[in-house]
Amino acid sequence: MTKNKKVNKSAPAVETRSFWERNEASNGILLNETIKKYAISIFRGILLFGMCFMIIQPILNKIALSFMAERDLYDTTIILVPKHFSMSNWKIAMGLLNYKTTLFNTLWVSILVSVIEVAMCSVVGYGFSRFQFPFKRFWFFCVILVIVIPPQTISTSLFLHFRYFKLFGATLNLRGSMLPYIMMCLGCMGLKNGLYIFMIRQFFMGFPFELEEAAYVDGCGPLKTFVRIMVPGAKPIITSCFLFSFVWQWTDSFYSNLFLGKIQLLSIQLTGIVDKFGIYLSKLNGGSVIAPIAYSNAILSTGMLLAILPLIILYIFCQRLFVESLASTGVKM
Amino acid sequence: MKKKVGLMGRRAVYGYLFILPFILGFVFFMIKPLGQSLHMAMSEVVISNQGFQLNWNNFDNFKKALLVDAEFNRMLVEAIGQMVLRSLATIVFSFFVALLLNQKFKGRTLARSIFFLAVILSSGVLVGLESSNSLMAQLKDMIEESGNANSITEVLEQILVSDASGVNGISSKAFKAVFEIIDSIYDVAMASGIQIIIFLSGLQNISPSMYEAAQMEGCTAWESLWKITVPMVSPLMLVCWIYTIVDFFMKSDNKIMDKINTQMTEMLNYGFSSAMAWIYFIVCMALIGLSSLLISKVVYNYD
Repeated sequence: MTKNKKVNKSAPAVETRSFWERNEASNGILLNETIKKYAISIFRGILLFGMCFMIIQPILNKIALSFMAERDLYDTTIILVPKHFSMSNWKIAMGLLNYKTTLFNTLWVSILVSVIEVAMCSVVGYGFSRFQFPFKRFWFFCVILVIVIPPQTISTSLFLHFRYFKLFGATLNLRGSMLPYIMMCLGCMGLKNGLYIFMIRQFFMGFPFELEEAAYVDGCGPLKTFVRIMVPGAKPIITSCFLFSFVWQWTDSFYSNLFLGKIQLLSIQLTGIVDKFGIYLSKLNGGSVIAPIAYSNAILSTGMLLAILPLIILYIFCQRLFVESLASTGVKM
Repeated sequence: MKKKVGLMGRRAVYGYLFILPFILGFVFFMIKPLGQSLHMAMSEVVISNQGFQLNWNNFDNFKKALLVDAEFNRMLVEAIGQMVLRSLATIVFSFFVALLLNQKFKGRTLARSIFFLAVILSSGVLVGLESSNSLMAQLKDMIEESGNANSITEVLEQILVSDASGVNGISSKAFKAVFEIIDSIYDVAMASGIQIIIFLSGLQNISPSMYEAAQMEGCTAWESLWKITVPMVSPLMLVCWIYTIVDFFMKSDNKIMDKINTQMTEMLNYGFSSAMAWIYFIVCMALIGLSSLLISKVVYNYD
């Protein structure tokens, strides 16, 4: 392909011949190749369109549902475009989720947790990448173990551990407070933290050693070198780890259910939205009214949209950071 | 004493200082609960106001899970089978998509960002929400009943799967597996976001001069796919395989995880639920270990 172009540029006289003449000159190879090229790109286009549509379709469907008035939901002729446009679903879902408080709670919890996680993981990752110490391989094997061991295996005993937390002889019930989770994050045992350590270490391994040496020669201690030289250099990987940790924390229900039960978070509120809607309807109409399935489905969809909307906005703005820095680590084992 | 430590010794101490948070966390929040949960799995947990007591009862919980409980064995086998099938499908799918997205065409950035959107949409609570809801499950059943066999794939599936003898020596089980994957293609696509990124970064690291050299020697595109691309990204297959299995293992819409959670939070059967978790965990570890051993034998390591 590139060769053809070069020839064209250097000798524009070739261009004057028509396609068929050139085809004849090449014994029909040109025609074959052109047909092949277009066939492949059409095939690829269809395939990609289909797959992208498959991923996007549930969101489009939810958006459509969220703007329908109740009577539209029972009309079988309406599939995607609502006939009676209404914002009532959004209002109800916002009310049920207690959206303002929940959004604010989720925001600060996610930011706090991911900042702690990323800070601790980058310290540990740096330690693994630059220092030689006895049992290094063993400890790194433990990091891999942390990636592989699912938290569900230890959930039972963590639950009991923090339910009857022993501190200086007194038994405390730490369930419902944020303290246990913060402690776990400080110890790099939060959600998928092993993965972040692995990624950050991988990044530092490819980082030039000379910068550090220069810092040492100029009289920086290891900690100062890390803060002044390495952290600014590792900005891309740290931001991408932060983004991942933010998103995963936002949608996480496992740790949130286990430790943060008392704080109203989007992921937990969302699980109960249908039941809440049933209660809301029966209060509104008096007596026991069973919430219609289609209607509660619309409310659930709206709730899900409300939950992922901030994430999608974040993704649109930080898309490059998400993808590029993950690719730059060159994950390998 | 201080003089004897030397530079290397000081570096080692600093190294330990840097990874200290991890060591502390690992010991207190991983090893300790892990040991405790193993202990719990082998004993009867009695909860009182003062705290909880563990009464040793040998392997009763394990026996109960494997021999007494009616559905656990069946669920375990089903979950493992499904895990292997889905993970294979995810690897193949994400490799294929990465190949497509690595080519140059119009709207590539858009296509890429849509595929990576799956990373966000498939995380945490969002996956299981619709299926875990009892009302939604009813709705699904109703829809499935009302729309029986009016799509081409469904008719084809009925013909192929119900035929006990199979077609051309291929047993109907194989067809069933294929149809299972096709039916769950949405889940597969949603689960393969990270794997696509990993494969893409691997593909971009292959130097184009290799393909050029192969083309000069008369390699077709198909041949260079198998002779260059697949060996060069094969180390990443191992990473993706492990990641996919672990991801599947941890999903909350998993039937076994569901059973373990209900046993723990609703029935307060802490010992029994730990035992089940341990059995599941050990089986999965064995699976990961065996398969990564096999894959690492096959993988071509170029550095």
